[in-house]
Amino acid sequence: MDKQMSAAQVVAQLRDGMTIGIGGWGPRRKPMALVRAILRSELRDLTIVSYGGADVGMLCAAGKVKKVVFAFVSLDFIPLEPYFRQARQSAAIEVMEIDEGMMLLGLRAAAWGLPFIPTEVGLGTDIITKNPDIKVIDSPYDDKEWVAMPALSLDASLIHVDRADQRGVCQIAGPDHYMDDWFARAADKTYVSCDELVATEYFHDPAQARMVHWERSATTGVVPIPGGAHPSSCSPLYGFDVPHFKAYVASAREEAGFAGYCEQFLGASEEEYQQNVGGLDAIRAIELPTY
Amino acid sequence: MTAATDYTLAELCIVAASQAFANEGEVLATGIGVIPRLAASLAMKTTNPDLMMTDSEAWMLSEPNPVGSRSEDFVPATESWMGFSRIFDNVWSGKRHAMLGPTQIDKYGQSNTSALGGTYEQPKVMMLGARGFPGNSISHPNSFFVPGHNTRVFMDGECDFVSSIGYNPARLPRGHALDDIDIRLVVTDLCVMDFGGPDHQVRLVSLHPGISAAQVQENTGYEVHVPGEVPLTAAPTLEQLSIIAAMDPHNQRAHQIKDNPPGDRS
Repeated sequence: MDKQMSAAQVVAQLRDGMTIGIGGWGPRRKPMALVRAILRSELRDLTIVSYGGADVGMLCAAGKVKKVVFAFVSLDFIPLEPYFRQARQSAAIEVMEIDEGMMLLGLRAAAWGLPFIPTEVGLGTDIITKNPDIKVIDSPYDDKEWVAMPALSLDASLIHVDRADQRGVCQIAGPDHYMDDWFARAADKTYVSCDELVATEYFHDPAQARMVHWERSATTGVVPIPGGAHPSSCSPLYGFDVPHFKAYVASAREEAGFAGYCEQFLGASEEEYQQNVGGLDAIRAIELPTY
Repeated sequence: MTAATDYTLAELCIVAASQAFANEGEVLATGIGVIPRLAASLAMKTTNPDLMMTDSEAWMLSEPNPVGSRSEDFVPATESWMGFSRIFDNVWSGKRHAMLGPTQIDKYGQSNTSALGGTYEQPKVMMLGARGFPGNSISHPNSFFVPGHNTRVFMDGECDFVSSIGYNPARLPRGHALDDIDIRLVVTDLCVMDFGGPDHQVRLVSLHPGISAAQVQENTGYEVHVPGEVPLTAAPTLEQLSIIAAMDPHNQRAHQIKDNPPGDRS
């Protein structure tokens, strides 16, 4: 089976109003090339579920977003995401604000076909009071109340990985796969961009196969895009692009705003984008961050 | 153990904050930010070698990493994988103590990391989001570090958005007791506090040298319980200062509190 497709073909599978999960964490291993393909499209009214970084900020800034399901939206070394802030502060988006772990439970519930997973997380906080859709329930086993974290069922997930084969075996070689396995399992369709397309034989080495975190049946499409996580990181291949993120944040304070950022960088294709940011070699040369 | 006479406020805060982890046994110490991280590191290297700690990325360490860039040949003392999904397995087991710095802390010990002013639908200032605060606060002990003790952080009334559960009877979940909630130390640039006053009222534990109880009260938007005798926050020992210097070779601690004042302001 050959699951290879282009970013444009991925976007052609998406529809207005869909709920889309985005893998990665803050500025780390985000499927940014796929996000850029959405930025260039006519898609709109999306609900985005994400451990958010510039993926969320850019989609909000481009008017693609109806609602964000989030625990944070942050660039880590720059704590506040400028375009997410603008969207919130101008009431341009609806939100479902939850705890980081609740998002994991919601994805698991969706992956396992459960309507909810009970948890005490969220009790006593505004997570409950500001989210009328999140119910607090009685337990059949004790006298406490519990939060029924609803399934976060996704129409599609977008994920970036280090390597994949054409059948959808995906390898995350960096130290953390975050919740990407659950994003893959929680979605009807999972589209994975990869820095490198490899032959299936690559995974015959158990040390390589050990870094595969979901079965290929959970991968719908494979999109080879070297450097496709830029400006986020794809450890160990490259770090996140600090000067680029600074320019992105600065653009939010300028009159041209996100349109100015897009004018400077986005381009009509990923090839143009990579030329605008200095080329693939420059991306691959970005140092890994120190924590 | 000789008490130092020449130390910064940041170093005093690191030593005071490390007390939060001293008697915790074998739990994951998570210090977010330079001072909390150095506090946890100091505790692991002195009072509580059983502590667990991560590299703030994806690995558990048997020795804390120094803060900031490290030489090419530095080898971290990795002992296991500890990616983010596994952090939640640890959080929900309760075997963790986190120290974080929220934007608001109200009289109930509830904290806010998300939204300030306006309405929830359209906040005046959007911040990070609730992050892991809801889960941390109901699952395991937590402490706070506040580098600028003032009435904007310790504000009158209730937090604009409640990210973490506190000692607020009106929000207490059914089947839970206020005593189940476990907020430990609140270390600031003025003092150390906890919520050990009458009915979980915030209480002054120690004053940093040169700071008065009246100053603490002036900079807190609600009443602080002041016991009869309030000790001075203990000065760092020379041994502690040398461990802190080794854990923070680039002196990032000098940039954590405005103007990097000396520890003794009397």
